[in-house]
Amino acid sequence: MLRPALIAIGAFFTLMLLYSFGSGAVAYLGDPPAATAEKEFHLHPKEVEFSFNGALGHYDRQQLQRGFQVFKEVCSACHSLKFVAFRDLQQIGYNEAEVKAIAKQWAIKTPDVDPATGEMSSRDPVPADHFPKPFANNVAAAAANNNAIPPDLSLMTKARHEGSAYVYSLLTGFQAQPAALLKKFPDSKTPEGLHYNPYFANLNLAMAPPLVADGQVTYGDGTKATVDQMSQDVAAFLTWTAEPKLENRRSAGLAVVFFLLIATGLAYMSYRNIWADKKH
Amino acid sequence: MSFPWAEHYTPKAPLMKWIDERLPLPRLVYSAVGAGYPVPRNLNYFWNFGVLSGVALMIQIVTGIVLGMHYAANELVAFGTTEHIMRDVNAGWMIRYAHANGASFFFIVVYLHIFRGLFYGSYKAPREMVWLLGLVIFLLMMATAFMGYVLPWGQMSYWGAKVITGLFGAIPLVGEPIQTWLLGGFAPGNAALNRFFSLHYLLPFVIAGVIILHIWALHIPGSNNPTGVDVKGPQDTVPFHPYYTAKDGFGLGVFMILFTALLFFAPNFLGHPDNYIEANPLSTPAHIVPEWYFWPFYAILRAFTFDFFFVPAKLLGVLAMFASILLLFFLPWLDNSPVRSGNYRPMFKKFFWFGLIPCVLILGYCGGAPAEEPYVMLSQFAAAYYFAHFLIILPAIAYFEKPLPLPNSITEAVLAKHGESVTGSQGLAPSAVPAE
Repeated sequence: MLRPALIAIGAFFTLMLLYSFGSGAVAYLGDPPAATAEKEFHLHPKEVEFSFNGALGHYDRQQLQRGFQVFKEVCSACHSLKFVAFRDLQQIGYNEAEVKAIAKQWAIKTPDVDPATGEMSSRDPVPADHFPKPFANNVAAAAANNNAIPPDLSLMTKARHEGSAYVYSLLTGFQAQPAALLKKFPDSKTPEGLHYNPYFANLNLAMAPPLVADGQVTYGDGTKATVDQMSQDVAAFLTWTAEPKLENRRSAGLAVVFFLLIATGLAYMSYRNIWADKKH
Repeated sequence: MSFPWAEHYTPKAPLMKWIDERLPLPRLVYSAVGAGYPVPRNLNYFWNFGVLSGVALMIQIVTGIVLGMHYAANELVAFGTTEHIMRDVNAGWMIRYAHANGASFFFIVVYLHIFRGLFYGSYKAPREMVWLLGLVIFLLMMATAFMGYVLPWGQMSYWGAKVITGLFGAIPLVGEPIQTWLLGGFAPGNAALNRFFSLHYLLPFVIAGVIILHIWALHIPGSNNPTGVDVKGPQDTVPFHPYYTAKDGFGLGVFMILFTALLFFAPNFLGHPDNYIEANPLSTPAHIVPEWYFWPFYAILRAFTFDFFFVPAKLLGVLAMFASILLLFFLPWLDNSPVRSGNYRPMFKKFFWFGLIPCVLILGYCGGAPAEEPYVMLSQFAAAYYFAHFLIILPAIAYFEKPLPLPNSITEAVLAKHGESVTGSQGLAPSAVPAE
């Protein structure tokens, strides 16, 4: 009784699916899905050589500091970095006094309550504070940015596929819309107020190109601040903000895997030894 | 427990004797996973995955309890406390990555464990109860993993919760009230997050309880083996300890190497980038996909694109997805070939390797791909085969197949492998002296 019922259920699902498969295949072959501008013109991130690429790479502290400078002078005007604290900057090579100074001189103030009156007020950030947000809330952020909310950057390089290369590619990828695209998809003209960028998922991005001229930032270490250099540096910095423990992770990993290789080798020998007189 | 020649526990140390007389726990352990449990001598590496599943559960419970000390299940702060664990808690990044990748490894070893059972016929009499309890564990694991993925409150957490609870919304009449009841609201929010956390903490202990039943049921008939032939005498078995504890020790080492390699060098490889974006009910991700271990079932869910008279396609998909797992509960009675091991079943073996395995892999691939052609088509074909395999082909094979001749005993198979014949004390005569 049970078997015929189960076989009938199986036959029903199988026939339903084969019918869907057949009609789907006919439709697919007869009328392939239409091409879209996103499908044809979206590009994967460029190949970039970062010091932290590969399984054993390390951060380049100089580069992280340059990237921080780009963030400070350019990105932080619109983007928050809410999961990172000023004190964290000591990890990229600033000393305690420098971090204190960076926090104190930060352009955006930390919201607080006036201890005397209880009124809302603001004060200079201290190293223990996270980076203050440039806008009081999402409504203010949208209002100031043509209705698009600039996303928080703390985790940006982990929130996109190949994130470090993506940030670099996006920053260097602004360009005029290709003529071929407009010819093939006349309806896909970049709308007013948006900017064409083939590395962005839907090709049109609300953010205007933030890094436009060589020398936009003056690096303290003498590195020439080309747009390409600045983009790489800030991509490296944002990789650090997203994964500050990357180096700890990799060095711990080496020790753990090394230990396990030896332990497993011993376990294997012990296994062979115990089974030596036993055919199996 | 299982065989008359199983060693009995005799405490050596006075302390153990004292304990054993008052609480026979040492005796229980000895007979369950010690020298008192005789196991077929010919098990291959596929028999390592039961122990590894248990280890994976322990890793999840230990890391999970520590994470629970630092996490707050509140929609306003859940994402932030997860980042707090990653940045400010001592070794928090390691514990969280171990927990996230531990879930994946738990599923990897459990899938291999299920694969072993499917190929070697471990679900057949007299081990049906072991199989059924295993499936209960699998269902509990899926529920636990789904709810755990919601806790970091990223975009995929939120939208995954919305889609999966939405499945219940497809049930006619009562669907939407059930969905609202499950979520504690009309959309995932604080109520859902809190109850998911509570249940995510509870279910692993329920799993641990069912594992005890699973092992208990296993120890009645004892372990299956690659020949599928019953144990005939003492020469066919070795004591679990030290033979299989040593082998499991080696298996555990290999497991840990692979697990830590991923954990320390590519911890986000199996994750989805969108889950590093905080949950936002106003912004739907371009492609909502569950974790990789749900992809085959997700592909079956999306494979139904046609209504069947008054039954909408969505409901069919939901029914088929649940059916794809529930049908496994009937497997011992669907496949009634008396031969257990696939090695002695020529037809079964062909359909298994060239039908079931590729189709499950295709379903897995398509479940992670966007819901568009040609992936939908592929998953329809593979899902059709999946249902046909279990519900039509397996019962039919059992009827038509001519199995290969089985070895007379495990020992005979082992010796034949080494090019020896059965002689002397290793022989099969019922009067044979025990070999060990």
